[in-house]
This record gives sequence, structure tokens and C-alpha cells, in this order.
Amino acid sequence: MNQEGILRHSATRLLGLIPTLLVLITIAFFLIRMAPGGPFDSEKVLPPEIRANLDAKYHLDEPLMQQYFRYLGQIITLDFGPSFQYKDWTVNELIARGFPVSLTVGGLAMLLAFLVGTSIGITAALRQNTAMDYSIMGVAMLGISIPNFVVAPLLILVLAVYQGWLPAGGWDWSIQRMILPVVTLALPVIAYIARLTRGSMIEVLHSNYIRTARAKGLPGHLVIRRHALKPALLPVISFMGPATAGLITGSVVIERIYSIPGLGSYFVQGALNRDYTLVMGVVIFYGVIIILLNFIVDLLYAWMNPKIRYDEVQ
Amino acid sequence: MALLEVRDLRVQFETPEGVVQAVNGIDFQVESGETLAIVGESGAGKSQLVMAIMGLLAENGSASGEADFKGRDLMKMPPKELNKIRGCEIAMIFQDPMTSLNPFLTIEKQMTEVVMHHQGLRKQEARAHAVEMLRAVRIPDPEERVKQYPHEYSGGMRQRVMIAMGLLCEPDLLIADEPSTALDVTVQAQITQLVGELRDKSNMSVILITHDMAVVAEVCDRIIVMYAGEMVETGTVDDIFYRPRHPYTQGLLASVPRLDRLSDDELHAIPGNPPNLLDLPSGCRFRDRCSMAREVCFGVPPLQVQENGCMSRCFIDMNNGEFLPAESKGVEENAGEDSK
Repeated sequence: MNQEGILRHSATRLLGLIPTLLVLITIAFFLIRMAPGGPFDSEKVLPPEIRANLDAKYHLDEPLMQQYFRYLGQIITLDFGPSFQYKDWTVNELIARGFPVSLTVGGLAMLLAFLVGTSIGITAALRQNTAMDYSIMGVAMLGISIPNFVVAPLLILVLAVYQGWLPAGGWDWSIQRMILPVVTLALPVIAYIARLTRGSMIEVLHSNYIRTARAKGLPGHLVIRRHALKPALLPVISFMGPATAGLITGSVVIERIYSIPGLGSYFVQGALNRDYTLVMGVVIFYGVIIILLNFIVDLLYAWMNPKIRYDEVQ
Repeated sequence: MALLEVRDLRVQFETPEGVVQAVNGIDFQVESGETLAIVGESGAGKSQLVMAIMGLLAENGSASGEADFKGRDLMKMPPKELNKIRGCEIAMIFQDPMTSLNPFLTIEKQMTEVVMHHQGLRKQEARAHAVEMLRAVRIPDPEERVKQYPHEYSGGMRQRVMIAMGLLCEPDLLIADEPSTALDVTVQAQITQLVGELRDKSNMSVILITHDMAVVAEVCDRIIVMYAGEMVETGTVDDIFYRPRHPYTQGLLASVPRLDRLSDDELHAIPGNPPNLLDLPSGCRFRDRCSMAREVCFGVPPLQVQENGCMSRCFIDMNNGEFLPAESKGVEENAGEDSK
């Protein structure tokens, strides 16, 4: 695809992002307000005049539609408003504080998962139906089926408590403290990517064009690298879009167990406390990230697959 | 010395249902400059025979026997040595041009890698060579089209590219596995003529696998007729077309529709199906479909060899059409071991 084509395509796609987000915002806005209770309900009942003051301050006394349009007007300026629960913090500040941490842990986990997952997937595919293949795929199946709230305490127990090699938790941007959460987060993704890669690689290896490449007398590693790798990785790439979005916006479980100040806990806390602005903030943020990553995956796809490129230009 | 000499080649596949005997002891030779046709129904083992020679069998397949190419046995060659011959001294064209080119790489990349790998050409030289080859197979505007991807080519054009790619290193032997089967009829003829033309220019040998008898008559010197993994008859084009000895060959030729004998008669077809390769019958494998079959055909048919190289694996005497006695042996006995 030529430069102009890429730009035009990107612009259209990014404009298409707006209606999607609008739908997302609308549904999230009304859903959270339909949930029983409000941000200022607690066991201790507030005096009515204080409650009225609070509602007035946060415009909760206005009709719902008016609140909705007020909110829309507000987020156009990229201001998600103050958090109801975390006093003195705006939602923007909370996201700005938590996201870099979650992004680092999640991003590293995805990188690790991609490198390790594709390598062992290809290894298994090239040794299809051997003991090596079966053991890799057996371990991968385990990796997918054991939940991370089981893996994390086990890793902590063995590597931190018994061996004392790594800290058990906490966060100070040091490599040592990143290792355990990154590995825990990456394990199931490694397993999934390995299975995905193995399957698609085996399919590609049986294709006619790989037979042609072998008939040309190319050495085995060149047949794999030049002819089989790209098509075999396509399904992995499309899986990675949404998967990366999930990882870099933070995992509640991982961040709790390893005491990491990431974005993940805000999702749960915000929803439990009816912290309307916080919930809306993280939902919109998550939505934008998912849409952006899918867009990047589409671009990558077009870059890798000449057939798609051709159709776009047409 | 023959360019390629194949002796007692056998191919079998392990499948969940059992062992499939795809090729059961084939012997043949290809002289240099000669075009050999291998004909027979689908499933006769034609493709697997050449796949075995090229070392391209599927993982569940195994081959035994010898295939001496210029005096070196391809079957026992380490992969590294074989890779020096494949794509360079022996090239191969496949049945389905739509899927035989890599859709993710440009034609240029796929062509230049052959000469860059085998002859150590630099990129510029390799590209010039590729363009020249595309022109030789009559791809219009090759300088531009070489930059395109396979999906921008039609089926016939893709097969031309495959041919051009095969001929880049000026191979001594070209193996064409039903090169025109997947194409429409007008293109079929062009592709076959192209192969014939390029062969005449370069004195290369060709093994042409096909079930199109018209193609065979046009471009081939010698014919091997295969049935259920065996060679049932071989001879020159004239021998096979004008003096077919084996009832199967006669049936094959009778099944070719002829414009010059247009009549209201139905097309001739050989009744029945080839035997199950998982469980081959003892004795003659064509017996159940053969209109001439007799009691004697439950025995293993002898391979009769004539002085001019014609052979027939049948109880019917090649010379006089009489049935041979049950214990008869061929002149050159190597048929007996085929039985179980």
C-alpha cells in the first residue's frame, strides 16, 4: 500500500472510532447509574442537608439526561472529572498514576509471551507428533488451565519465600520486582500463543507453496523463515490486539497479589463504590486502547498480507 | 548412461486405516533430451512416484529403491546434497498453480531466491535473469509484473511463472506433475506447448505426468502406463498409441473422446474402480475390471519385455495376443516379487 493509501485508511479508521466510543460511553453511563445505590451511600447515613450539598456539588441532583450531556461536554475536553471515592484525586490523575505501571508490567508480559510463545509453538510444529511436541503442548495446556491466582502464590512461595531470590511484592520500578508479576501474567498467554502458533504453522507447512519452496532446494531454515513464518504468525497477530489491551490495562488479581499500584484495581473499586466518574473514566480509557490496538493490528495485517493491501488500494 | 535411472521404487503411507501401497516397485529410465510421459488414472501413484524422487513425500510416507541421477542415488542422499540438486539440476512444476506460489512474497523474491541460492548471483543479476525468464515464458511486461504478487496473476500466468522459476537454473530434468490439469482448456494447450518448446531449445529431459492422452501424443517420446502403483505397460508413443498390448492401456485410449469419430455412441469408460491400495488383490490388479480376464489372471502376471524396450505386465502374449500359460515368466523376471 502506498503512503497516501495508508494515511487515508488510517484517517477513516480513526474517525470511525468516534461513534463506537459514543455508544460505549452512553451504555456505560446509564448502566452504572441503573445499578442500585450511589457514591455517597454508606452504612452511616449522611444528614440530608450534607447529602444535598454533595449531590449539588457533583450535579447528581440534575435530571439524568442533563447529567449525561454535561458529562459528554466535559469529556470532549478530555477531562474525566473528580473521583467520588478517592478524594483530592481526579480520574485523570488516577489513570496517569496507575497506567504507566500497568503498561510496563502488561507490555513486558506481552513481549515475553510473544517471543517465548511463538518460539515454542514453532519448535513443536517442526517436531510434530514427537515426544517433544506432546510435552510442550501438555505444559501449554496446563499453563492455560491453571488460573493465575494459583500460579502467583506458588511462585511467591517458591521463589520469594523459600529461595529468597526475588521480592514477594511491592513496586519501585526495579527489574527484580517486575519479574514475578510479568512472568505470572505472561504464562497463560505464552501457552495460548504457543498453541495458536503450532496450529497455524503446521497448516502452513502442509501448504503447496511450502512444497514449492522445498522443491527449489532451499535449506530448511530458509523455507521456515522466508516462506512459512509470516503466514503462520498472522493468527497470532490478530489475537494479540485485544490480548494486549487486556494486559496493559492491568490485571486486578496480579496487582492485588503483588501489591502493584496499577490501573487494574480501579476497575473493581470504582464499580463497587459506585464511583461514577472513575468507572466511566476507566471504561472509556479501556475502550480507546482496545480500538487503537485493533487498528494497529489491522495495519500490521495489511503490511504483512499483500492481498489485503491490494484490496485497500482498489 | 541414462540421466535418471529408477529401480524398484516403492512408496507407502502409514495411515490410521493401515498401510497404503502407493507405488509398488517401479523401474524406468530417462535418457537425456527425452520426454517421458507417465499416465494413468488418479490414484495410480504417478505423483507419489516423482514426489519420492524429489524427496517431497508427506511425513507419513516412506520410499525405498534407487533413483540414480547422473550416477548418484537421490534416495540415499543427505538433505544438504539433495538441496543442491533440487531446484537446480532437477526442477519441478506442480499441479495447482493457484496455491503453489507463496501469496506473501513477490514473484521477484520467489524467482530470484532460486538463482541467488544455487548460483550465488547478486540481487541485480538475479532480477535481470528472472525478468528474462518471464519474457521467455511470454509474460507481458515482465519488468513491471515481476514486482507483483501471485494474486495479481491468473492461473495460466502463475503456471508460466512456475515454469520460468523451474527453468532459471537450466535444469537437466524437468518434472511436470499435471501442469495443465487445473487450468482451462485453451490455457492447457498453451502451457503444454510452452513446455515442449522450452525443452526443444535446451535439450532438457522432461517427465510429464498427465492423464491427457492428447498431450502425450503431442510432446512425448516414451510412455509409462501406471495402474494401482504398478507399471502395466511401457513403450514409445507409437507403440502405445498404435499397438497397445495391455487391456488397461487399450481401455485408456478408447476413453479418449475423438472428434473425428463423432457418433451417437456413448463415451467409452473402463468399468469399475481401481483396487483399494490398503488391500491389494493378489495376482493381476486390473483383473476385476478387465474384459479379457480369465482364470489364469488370479496368478501374478509376467512382465514381458521386447527387444525394443516395450513391456507389458499381462498374461496376454505381446507378440500374438494369445494367453500365456499360468506359470509363465516374463523374459526379464521381476514381477514375481510383487505378490504377497
